Amino acid sequence: MLKPVNILLVGVGGQGTILATRVLAKAAQDAGYDIKVSEIKGMAQRGGSVVTQVRLGEKVYSPLISEGGADVILAFEKMEARRWLPYLKTDGHIIVNDQAIHPVPVLTGAAEYPADCLEKVKAATPHAIVVDALNIALACGNPKAANVVLVGVLARRLPIPKETWQAALKARVPEKFIEVNLKAFEEGYSI
Amino acid sequence: MKKLLMGNEAIAYGAMEAGVQVVTGYPGTPSSEVFSTLAAKAEELGFHAQWSVNEKVALEVAAGAAYAGARALVTMKQVGLNVAADPLMTLAYIGVKGGLVLVVADDPGPHSSQNEQDTRKFAQFAKLPVLDPASPQEAKEMTRVAFDISEALGLPVIVRPTTRTCHVCQDVEVTEKFNRNPRQVKFEKSPNWVIFPSLASKRHKWLNQQQQQIENIFAASPFNQVIPGSRYSGVVTSGVAYNYVKEALDLLGIDVPILKIGTPYPLPVSITLQFLDKIDRVLVVEEQEPVVEEQLIKIIWQHRRPIVLRGKHNNLLPREGELNVDQVKQALIQFLKLNVPREEEKQLPPLPVRPPVLCAGCPHRASFYALKQAAQGTDAIFTGDIGCYTLGNMAPLNAVDTCLCMGASITIGCGLQLAEPDRPVVAFLGDSTFFHTGIPGLINAVHNGSRLTLVVLDNRTTAMTGHQSHPGLNRNATGQPVEPLDIARLAEACGVSWVKVVDPYDFTSALAAAKEALNRDGVSVLVMRRECVALVKERRSAKVVDYEKCLDCGLCLEELGCPAISRGDQGPVIGAACNGCELCSQICPAGAIISGGEVR
Repeated sequence: MLKPVNILLVGVGGQGTILATRVLAKAAQDAGYDIKVSEIKGMAQRGGSVVTQVRLGEKVYSPLISEGGADVILAFEKMEARRWLPYLKTDGHIIVNDQAIHPVPVLTGAAEYPADCLEKVKAATPHAIVVDALNIALACGNPKAANVVLVGVLARRLPIPKETWQAALKARVPEKFIEVNLKAFEEGYSI
Repeated sequence: MKKLLMGNEAIAYGAMEAGVQVVTGYPGTPSSEVFSTLAAKAEELGFHAQWSVNEKVALEVAAGAAYAGARALVTMKQVGLNVAADPLMTLAYIGVKGGLVLVVADDPGPHSSQNEQDTRKFAQFAKLPVLDPASPQEAKEMTRVAFDISEALGLPVIVRPTTRTCHVCQDVEVTEKFNRNPRQVKFEKSPNWVIFPSLASKRHKWLNQQQQQIENIFAASPFNQVIPGSRYSGVVTSGVAYNYVKEALDLLGIDVPILKIGTPYPLPVSITLQFLDKIDRVLVVEEQEPVVEEQLIKIIWQHRRPIVLRGKHNNLLPREGELNVDQVKQALIQFLKLNVPREEEKQLPPLPVRPPVLCAGCPHRASFYALKQAAQGTDAIFTGDIGCYTLGNMAPLNAVDTCLCMGASITIGCGLQLAEPDRPVVAFLGDSTFFHTGIPGLINAVHNGSRLTLVVLDNRTTAMTGHQSHPGLNRNATGQPVEPLDIARLAEACGVSWVKVVDPYDFTSALAAAKEALNRDGVSVLVMRRECVALVKERRSAKVVDYEKCLDCGLCLEELGCPAISRGDQGPVIGAACNGCELCSQICPAGAIISGGEVR
């Protein structure tokens, strides 16, 4: 039996992690996997640390990924990448958006934003990819598509055909944003 | 056909497959999407869906429909059941004619709740059957079948999903052919609908006898299932914990017999004994309270079985929080006395926390700030309530000193004021909360001569749970136009002599009104009215800092805690999250925060 592939998506409320999760879920489902997706909503959504968990395989029981159990972490913000590193398998892959979003304790001066997030990430695994998703998305025409750039980077590393991803994107993204998102996906996919 | 559904959507499908006719509820994470999924289909399928004012009202409306023979569903979160406890406890005596199903979502963790109460325990207390789904698929099946069980027993049935069923998506087998033949309904007059003490004593006996009937139905239920294994040590598990057991056993590479329980109360004795008779040791794995475990202990004692039982009572598993695969794996290792080296626990690094915050441009921030400024120099107490605005408790606003439950800002404030009559009290609650349970507290405050200021944070929606409607709006849950209720006029009708409506974005007016309110004797009500920034379609121009004028005093950063403002080399930087609420520009002593940013 195939072991489940565990993907942790971490970011900050408002970055589009939920949409990215839904695109991933749709693509995995259409590719024939049994999937479980776990989201946390409510209090956790208002600009807080957001974590969603996607597990795909032949048969998936637990919706939750254990510490040290993630095959892939897709991080939308670099401090969140560092925060969730203990969840990455020793040979796991991590894709990090090179963006810093300061939490309120940092904004008010009560805490300092760590300067070494990317170093720590790179030290944790040889399979770290750093992406400037925000600028790539800006170049595509909408900074909000940074999430889809990251989905593109992830897409090429999962055993799901590209066309399936594109179809999933079309199914989950509002019509008027399709074009910019397909472009953003393509840019991510080429990384 | 299969459809990728969130647990809550799956529950809604179960209700539609059962031909639900009336749906009521009050929003609350993690339950809210059950209702919204149903509301979206109500018109097409011809059933009624209403967001009710609170959970007590929701349950009573649903019960009334079920009295007449209609199939009714009511949704809420675990703490909502406390509000509905009064009708529930007696409804168990009265019973129902049409199927009545309560979907009560539990939130162990808790992720978005004020406590971790276990609804299975509540069901046991009310002597009502409860179903505990392990997955979205099972949640759908259980909801559909719950209507049949309810009608067979004449009792309401509770379906209790937890966050990890509600907000988990999986492929769910569904039919789009819903039962669209509404059941014939007619309310038959009878003394049995009127709960006099004489009827209560009779019906209590009936309810106690029904426990055996419930058990008989549950004993034959496919939701309880034995998964055979090769050892004489077994596991009994309920709800989502089943998934963690299966996965932990897979990881350990062993199989043990499992009794998967989907009907935790009442626990069917027959199937339990059959299972226990094949083993000599049992581990009970369930989230939250030891509901199944305690019933098992009783069964083992009553039936004198020589079984070693392990679980929460000997601290192999916690009663608090959510379970996960790691915890269950460790419990299994101890229980089975396996020789598996313990993995070193990795500590999450000590990084700055990223708590949820009021959004950039949230009108609540402006309201809190105005009241804080108005109360400056006093030792005023700020009582809070349940909603996004509970986040006003965080630095730098520090404007929520208490939070207990829905509606308690006013009443806790009254009590504090009785204890310390000279100390000013400002109570904050939201518009939906005002309708939910705020009004009785307000009337109580007026009637009993309290002296406090109530600030209604009227953002024209029920924001925290995903922007549901409430009676103050001109659209109801299914989008039909309705006459909105005016909170200010309601406050006046409650006997409040000083009521004012202000736009919190207009800081000068808001501050003046706040000062006036605080100077009043008796109860004053200040309605801070401004639509939730997450709903505003017309974007405002973002602010920018004019560094020629900026004194770099840090006031905007340190007083407001706005996620759009960060520290830069020359002074504060206003980032892409700015919604142009202009609070910062109104408090800037140098007038250095100006318009001119991009309209987003």
